[in-house]
Amino acid sequence: MTAAATSPETPAFQSIIRLEGVQKYFGAVQALRDINLSIGRNEIVGLIGDNGAGKSTIIKVMTGVIPPSAGRIFVRDQPVHLSDYSVRRAHNLSIETVYQDKSLADKQPLWRNFFVGRQITNRFGFIDIKREKEIANQILIDVIGFRGVGITVDSTIGNLSGGERQGIAIGRAMHFNADLIILDEPTAALGVAEVRKVIDFVQRIKASGHACIYIEHNLAHVHEVADRLIVLDRGAIVAEILPKDMSVSELTEYLIHLQHKK
Amino acid sequence: MEKSGSVSIFQRFEGLPIMIVFALLLTLFMYTAPTVFLQPFIYTTFLSTLPPLVLLAIGLTFVIGAGEIDLCFPAIIAFSGFVFAVLFKEYNLGWISVVAGLASGILVGFVNGVLIAKLGIPSFMATLATQFFWAGIATVLSGGKSYALREAEQSSVWQWIVGRPFADSQTAWLTQLPLQALWTTIIVLFLWLILTRHRFGEHVLFIGDSNEVSRVAGIDVDREKIKLFTLMGFLAACAAIMLTLENKNYFGNQGQGYLLTAIASVLIGGTSIFGGRATVIGTVFGCFIIGMIEAGLVASGLTGAWVRTVQGLIFLISIIFYLYADEPQRRRAFFARFQGFGRVRSAE
Repeated sequence: MTAAATSPETPAFQSIIRLEGVQKYFGAVQALRDINLSIGRNEIVGLIGDNGAGKSTIIKVMTGVIPPSAGRIFVRDQPVHLSDYSVRRAHNLSIETVYQDKSLADKQPLWRNFFVGRQITNRFGFIDIKREKEIANQILIDVIGFRGVGITVDSTIGNLSGGERQGIAIGRAMHFNADLIILDEPTAALGVAEVRKVIDFVQRIKASGHACIYIEHNLAHVHEVADRLIVLDRGAIVAEILPKDMSVSELTEYLIHLQHKK
Repeated sequence: MEKSGSVSIFQRFEGLPIMIVFALLLTLFMYTAPTVFLQPFIYTTFLSTLPPLVLLAIGLTFVIGAGEIDLCFPAIIAFSGFVFAVLFKEYNLGWISVVAGLASGILVGFVNGVLIAKLGIPSFMATLATQFFWAGIATVLSGGKSYALREAEQSSVWQWIVGRPFADSQTAWLTQLPLQALWTTIIVLFLWLILTRHRFGEHVLFIGDSNEVSRVAGIDVDREKIKLFTLMGFLAACAAIMLTLENKNYFGNQGQGYLLTAIASVLIGGTSIFGGRATVIGTVFGCFIIGMIEAGLVASGLTGAWVRTVQGLIFLISIIFYLYADEPQRRRAFFARFQGFGRVRSAE
């Protein structure tokens, strides 16, 4: 809701997020090598690469979960102070992440999961439970479309299906009006019909003038929705591909070739 | 509406199963030991002896709810109790000794928190080590002596913390009502609000559910864990001061008996041993049950040797009950294990 200030009609910036020379070490292991990456303000970028290529690490660096070892991050062309860059800060800058299985806490009720990390509180930190529940209920019905399926704001997350969880995490990101929504393999645990819904959602992000980074193993899904594909290999960006230049099968060939070229 | 039914009646009324068990036990003891349990004095005695246990168990409710454990609090009782007793008795510092006692508990708790959150030592190991350390320090400093706080009841400290405000009353049981029960009630209500309605309480439960999810959601997990153990240290120091004043005596191992009873009270109350779910109300009733069993069994004519046995049995039954009632995934795994045993046996 805080993001509404930056309306899409007045593009005051070129790229929603830009990484410059980002390196990340875990001990002696270099997880990211000299990453330069820029995401336009209304662009869907697919991030592909094998397991361990560094896709998740890039996302964690971008969203303030872990700090980079070196390099710079720009949000809306403004440099970010890495010392105080955090998940909360990223939220304030309208960057939202939907993780495959780490977005929701299992034993907590749905409404707490919507607001955790940015609760509606009075100035002593006490939560306005009534308002949080009201808003959560609205999101359930209007944004996610869970009407009459027996899910209420008091439902425990652990009792929901994988698709329902994904819907809730995505609905949360939409509610907080994120300018950049990062989806980390959102379809990994889903059935065919539910995958369709997620892809529709990604297209809706584009239509509403926002940006999206889409990490996906299934090349057909990502090829269908992305404007641009970034290929990662062993912590470095090795290629940028426009889906219109390459079919899904050519893309598959290319990635297999990349694996053999060690 | 199948799924909304999954919010069970036990989840909707915090602590309901444990209240039922408490009521049943109380009824049982009223039947087996009517001379004790139908008189008011057993209850006024509970009000003066249970507050330290309740305070410790409430702190542990937060700690266990966050998926951690604190074994250090008996040592905090020894250390903070010593700091308080020596300043109160030897230096006559009155309220300053109370503040110093509380500060020492907060300090120990804070150090525990830093060891766990910043150095990443599992809380079980960290607090086991610090428990030895601080209990050792308390013994070294006190030289193993006990401090009798004679005539403490003359002091305003005693009168305000563990005094008997209605001592002049005509009604016998009213004269016995202790002030520490009031302070404990206030602290418990406040912490109940914190756990259920405050940002910190929500963070504690999310951390207990999953550290990873909490980080991603923007919770500063390290800072909240430090706060958590600092709170535990503060509560243990409160317990230490109440205990020392109530007994009008400090001795080095006065906290030792609380380790298992406090943990048992929390788990009997319905706080999940796996973290993520915690109930202050349940814990309070857990403390009542643990405290009542001792008096109840003895008053019913059993020897004191039965107390621990029955406490252990109730502890075990309640853990199995909560496993069955509240954790569907664990329940499935639990029964799958039994089916496994069955197959092995039939194969033999």
